[in-house]
Amino acid sequence: MADIPHIQRKMHRTAFACLGVAVGMVGLAYASVPLYDLFCKVTGFDGTPVVRSSNASEIMDRTITVRFDSNVAPGLSWSFSPETPQVSVKLGETTTVTYKVTNTGDKPATGIATYNVQPDLAGTYFSKLECFCFTEQTLQPGETLESAVVFYVDPRLAQDPDVKDLSSITLSYTYFPSKAGKPVAEATSSTKTIAQ
Amino acid sequence: MAHAADAAHADHHDHLPGFWRRWFYSTNHKDIGTLYLIFGFTAGIIGGILSIAMRLELQEPGLQFFSNPQAFNVFVTGHGLIMVFFMVMPTLIGGFGNWFIPIMIGAPDMAFPRMNNISFWLTVSAFGLMLLSLFVEGAPGSLGFGGGWTVYPPLSTVGHPGPALDFGILALHLAGAASILGAINFITTILNMRAPGMTLHKMPLFAWSMLVTAFLLLLSLPVLAGAITMLLTDRNFGTTFFDPAGGGDPVLYQHLFWFFGHPEVYIMILPAFGIVSHIISTFSKKPIFGYLGMAYAMVAIGVVGFVVWAHHMYTVGLSLQTQAYFVFATMVIAVPTGVKIFSWIATMWGGSIRFTAAMQWAVGFVFLFTVGGVTGVVLANAPVDRYMHDTYYVVAHFHYVLSLGAVFVIFAAMYYWFPKITGYVMPEWIGQLHFWIAFIGANVLFFPMHFLGLSGMPRRYADYPDAFAGWNMVSSIGSYIFFAGLFVFIGGVIYAFVRKEKAAGNPWGEGATTLEWTLSSPPPFHQFETLPRIVDTGH
Repeated sequence: MADIPHIQRKMHRTAFACLGVAVGMVGLAYASVPLYDLFCKVTGFDGTPVVRSSNASEIMDRTITVRFDSNVAPGLSWSFSPETPQVSVKLGETTTVTYKVTNTGDKPATGIATYNVQPDLAGTYFSKLECFCFTEQTLQPGETLESAVVFYVDPRLAQDPDVKDLSSITLSYTYFPSKAGKPVAEATSSTKTIAQ
Repeated sequence: MAHAADAAHADHHDHLPGFWRRWFYSTNHKDIGTLYLIFGFTAGIIGGILSIAMRLELQEPGLQFFSNPQAFNVFVTGHGLIMVFFMVMPTLIGGFGNWFIPIMIGAPDMAFPRMNNISFWLTVSAFGLMLLSLFVEGAPGSLGFGGGWTVYPPLSTVGHPGPALDFGILALHLAGAASILGAINFITTILNMRAPGMTLHKMPLFAWSMLVTAFLLLLSLPVLAGAITMLLTDRNFGTTFFDPAGGGDPVLYQHLFWFFGHPEVYIMILPAFGIVSHIISTFSKKPIFGYLGMAYAMVAIGVVGFVVWAHHMYTVGLSLQTQAYFVFATMVIAVPTGVKIFSWIATMWGGSIRFTAAMQWAVGFVFLFTVGGVTGVVLANAPVDRYMHDTYYVVAHFHYVLSLGAVFVIFAAMYYWFPKITGYVMPEWIGQLHFWIAFIGANVLFFPMHFLGLSGMPRRYADYPDAFAGWNMVSSIGSYIFFAGLFVFIGGVIYAFVRKEKAAGNPWGEGATTLEWTLSSPPPFHQFETLPRIVDTGH
């Protein structure tokens, strides 16, 4: 083989190209996190409610029940409930509902709320104009906070073959102990009792 | 195989390094291949013992051997991870790939021999970490990680606060790095070091299968590495990639995992496809039917394998259209797979078939893989999968394609290449006896699982209602039969080494046309000092 250096160079080129592909795929895996998040927010995929700035849709003469669900994750001694378990709304009608959260523990605690819509496929049509989510809330012992959710159900729901016959949508809120605060260790100990 | 160390019969004028240098600093592709084979077999025995323990527990309803059912889950997880990452992949890719890819394409060695050595020892270290993880705390109050080989959060994050899974994740990192380095090595070797005259379209099918496999590894393993790194930081450093408390989504993990996980199942079976093609062609004394179709069927399986991942996730709430797409795409894979099955049958058709041990294992593979493929098409249907999801039907399906597919080919390849690797002949009756024990055992073991799954028995539980008792007993008996077959294999290897009947360069006669049969058995320590020149071999 007279051209060994030539072969060597070719081999190194192939190897580095492969290495580049591998590194690129790791990058793509990480890029998928914001992309997936963006995708969910835009399309309402996986029950992510869509946040909109204003309600430009017409009110349709069809009612749908919106149920409200509230949960508190282990590790947070808060009570959390909506003012009403469910409301009946017309498609396109803007509605306001308040949730009430009280710190029933004896220590100040920080929580963070997240939400989801069931069934998942209705997420696209559940549009929020105003909500409390992903902001940390610190409550003193006994303190009560009222938060409003302003929403409407997009009338385009009636045209989606997957969900057009839906009679109710559930909006579920969960308060988690804030990761930035201390209670993560507390959360671990409470899963302990469950796991055993 | 466990005694392959004394394969160092220095019959050539090669200068052989000493024992320590030869086996621990090894850069020779054949020696590394041998190391991989020994390693894979050892890991397989450990993974097999875990599964026997599971079958002992499941033989009768109630808890007999595992006082803590979480320990059973740890065994299930360990069995899965060990068999996938430390048995099938090292044996098929590291073992047979290292041994025969350079020889088959007429190259003196792999492109980067030292990187090859790193790959092997990284795999061994990864296995060490994996074993360690079984002995440190996972879920509160019990040892090891018990969340299944898929490691889904939140069970893998808040459900297992102990360090067991951290060991497991680092083990997968090392094993993944080893496989990526190995894949780069194979791609570079196959693309640049083929003998003069061997174009890609004249390359043996095993080399084709390894080329496709290496690309799958290169594209899918980094995604797994990314996903489990996110899991690691979620567990230890307060990130919330998969934690809804911080706006993450556990379903994202499933997407990332299966984007890796589905190509992974083809990574495990494609090398087997390549090997089976050679065995069937050799013992039918005919060139493989539809060579180009066979090669491009593997490419097609590899490509389509990347766009079907969510058929593992029909129950997570995908929209109807998404499910319909994944049903369709999954079924498309049956087409190139069917091309392969029918081409194997067409190769045998009208050939002068010799049912040697290797051929029996290969034909057994074609039959059993087809059974597993058919149940795969059943499961590909989203509405059917609703019913079967996470039942024993799924367990039966993937054991038919992997345990009976990949493992049967590992043994087929062992009996086919044993004379070439060791230089000794193993009597045919040993492999044939092993085949019939394994064939009966594996079917008794896995076929009843279809019935259990159809009647609704869920996977990954240490106990079950009495209604499932009968078939579980049958299944357990099958597993003992299959395991007993391994002793025939081990005995056969020892017997061949004791008997020392020298093998000819080409013990299989004129059907064996690939380059490894032009060399002595075992091949010289360094082969092809003058490169072979490929004229038209007319595949």
